[in-house]
Amino acid sequence: MSDVGFNRQGVWAIYRFEMARFVRTLLQSIVTPVITTSLYFVVFGSAIGSRMSRVGGVPYGAFIVPGLIMLSILTASISNASFGIYFPKFTGTIYELLSAPISFVEMILGYVGAAATKSISLGLIILATATAFVPVEVRHPFFMIAFLLLTAVTFSLFGFVIGVWAKGFEQLQLIPMLVVTPLTFLGGAFYSIDMLPARWRTLALFNPVVYLISGFRWSFYETADVGVGLSLAMTSGFLLVLLLVVGWMFKSGYRLKN
Amino acid sequence: MTPIIAISGLTKTYASGFQALKKVDLEIQKGEIFALLGPNGAGKTTLINIVCGIVTPSSGTVVADGHDIVRDYRSARFKIGLVPQELTTDAFETVRATVTFSRGLFRRAPDPAHIEKVLRELSLWDKRETRIMNLSGGMKRRVMIAKALSHEPEILFLDEPTAGVDVELRRDMWALVRQLRESGVTIILTTHYIDEAEEMADRIGIISKGELIVVEEKAKLMQKLGKRQLTLNLQEPMAALPPALAGWPLALTANGNQLQYTFDAHAAPAPGAAPQDIPSLLHRLGELQIGFKDLSTSQSSLEEIFVSLVSDRGGTPA
Ligand SMILES: Nc1ncnc2c1ncn2[C@@H]1O[C@H](COP(=O)(O)OP(=O)(O)OP(=O)(O)O)[C@@H](O)[C@H]1O
Ligand SMILES: [Mg+2]
Repeated sequence: MSDVGFNRQGVWAIYRFEMARFVRTLLQSIVTPVITTSLYFVVFGSAIGSRMSRVGGVPYGAFIVPGLIMLSILTASISNASFGIYFPKFTGTIYELLSAPISFVEMILGYVGAAATKSISLGLIILATATAFVPVEVRHPFFMIAFLLLTAVTFSLFGFVIGVWAKGFEQLQLIPMLVVTPLTFLGGAFYSIDMLPARWRTLALFNPVVYLISGFRWSFYETADVGVGLSLAMTSGFLLVLLLVVGWMFKSGYRLKN
Repeated sequence: MTPIIAISGLTKTYASGFQALKKVDLEIQKGEIFALLGPNGAGKTTLINIVCGIVTPSSGTVVADGHDIVRDYRSARFKIGLVPQELTTDAFETVRATVTFSRGLFRRAPDPAHIEKVLRELSLWDKRETRIMNLSGGMKRRVMIAKALSHEPEILFLDEPTAGVDVELRRDMWALVRQLRESGVTIILTTHYIDEAEEMADRIGIISKGELIVVEEKAKLMQKLGKRQLTLNLQEPMAALPPALAGWPLALTANGNQLQYTFDAHAAPAPGAAPQDIPSLLHRLGELQIGFKDLSTSQSSLEEIFVSLVSDRGGTPA
């Protein structure tokens, strides 16, 4: 058996191990998003949405579906990946990863791959639930999947970075709570940024999440706040930035060893 | 014979500025059981963790089975198994899942038969579907050993494997270590139970304050540094040593009922001096008409040697 080159078994072991947690709590993993999504539709879709006109030609209830999925994907990717690598650090079981013939890149493939898989499944569960409440159509399935994948991978990478960096559970929560959730809410998850006053609209364009949601929504209804090309470019750009950060972490002796 | 592990000029200064290892050189031979002894904080775990890739060395090199542990870490780590000092396990996974995970991590193809064998050897087979958090401390220790053995390492590090372990598990553990050695595995272990090292090890290294002060075959170490003692139970108690015995390394103990003779097993008498071995002593006692009921000899244990070496850090023991 070869002991050099890509450690396929190692990546697979990490991936399976991480997925096992998901599967172990499968019922919870499915029921929670189904209930949350249903609540969103009861509150936003029916209670508020019934008083709202269509947004960009789309009924409000259907309009919020892509934003809702994005919101969940961002939070789930970050929390899954950051928890995945932080927990072994916390319990000490990281000794085994560090002593294994596995590279930093392979570790990332395992953890980020699993985190992204989980959040994509979550996105699809939400999508399925949404169809029970509102008429959802996906006009560009290819782009829908592409945005889903890019976002899940990018934010799982982001979560991994946070997990490696974090020194305590509070830090693990800090960035998702203080940065990501607000940016998502402000990023047009539940409205079009066209609905904002001009000054705020300009400001909103500095919010990276706007591009993610806009592009994703375009793949559903062909309505977008910014051009789909720009969305795709920005989304890929974030992935690139994260890859650079990870590369830098690796070079500078990331925070896993003494 | 080329050593299976060659450590040279290894130093470690932690981020705190504390120097835990000072220029350690050490060679481990293939197939031996090497015991690394030293007081708390001496640097044993640091040394092991560097070889295993958990701590980065400040300077120096380690070559494991011909592979540099930094440059060629994949090949080096592939061969090495570690049971760390701290009891750290997953909580929610089952025994079998966590052990199977370890095997994959170390790039071994799945082999349920091997996992079963390891679990059986460690009496974990009945617990294979139990979640680790529901196991006792000793059982968790077994799980950690099973994880290390799951990937069939050629070199096995056991960092205080018997700390907090009951007598039975300890016996099992040593039986397992012997069996592993028989199959060609090289074993490096640390322990604070020196009698264990005395019983198990082929060679012994003593580390103190980050320096390796002794590396020696166990038998030689005990011969070279061990003292022997002859105890005579006297027929008549003595109030004091007779002047005729002055010059002999003797002591009266047990209220004058015992005569203790301590001697270096290998010290040659000074040229011209009368020999001071046991026959000469017994002969001399006969001349002085000092009778004794019986006698016993003892040899200082590794523990005594260890304590004297470590407390006597000023000198340079052989
Ligand atoms: N991460 C760290 N940062 C700073 N100092 C450390 C770190 N880890 C260990 N040390 C120090 O390095 C020294 C050697 O520690 P090490 O754990 O190697 O000792 P040891 O010989 O294994 O002791 P024990 O028998 O208690 O396990 C100790 O003084 C310890 O405080
Ligand atoms: Mg230690």
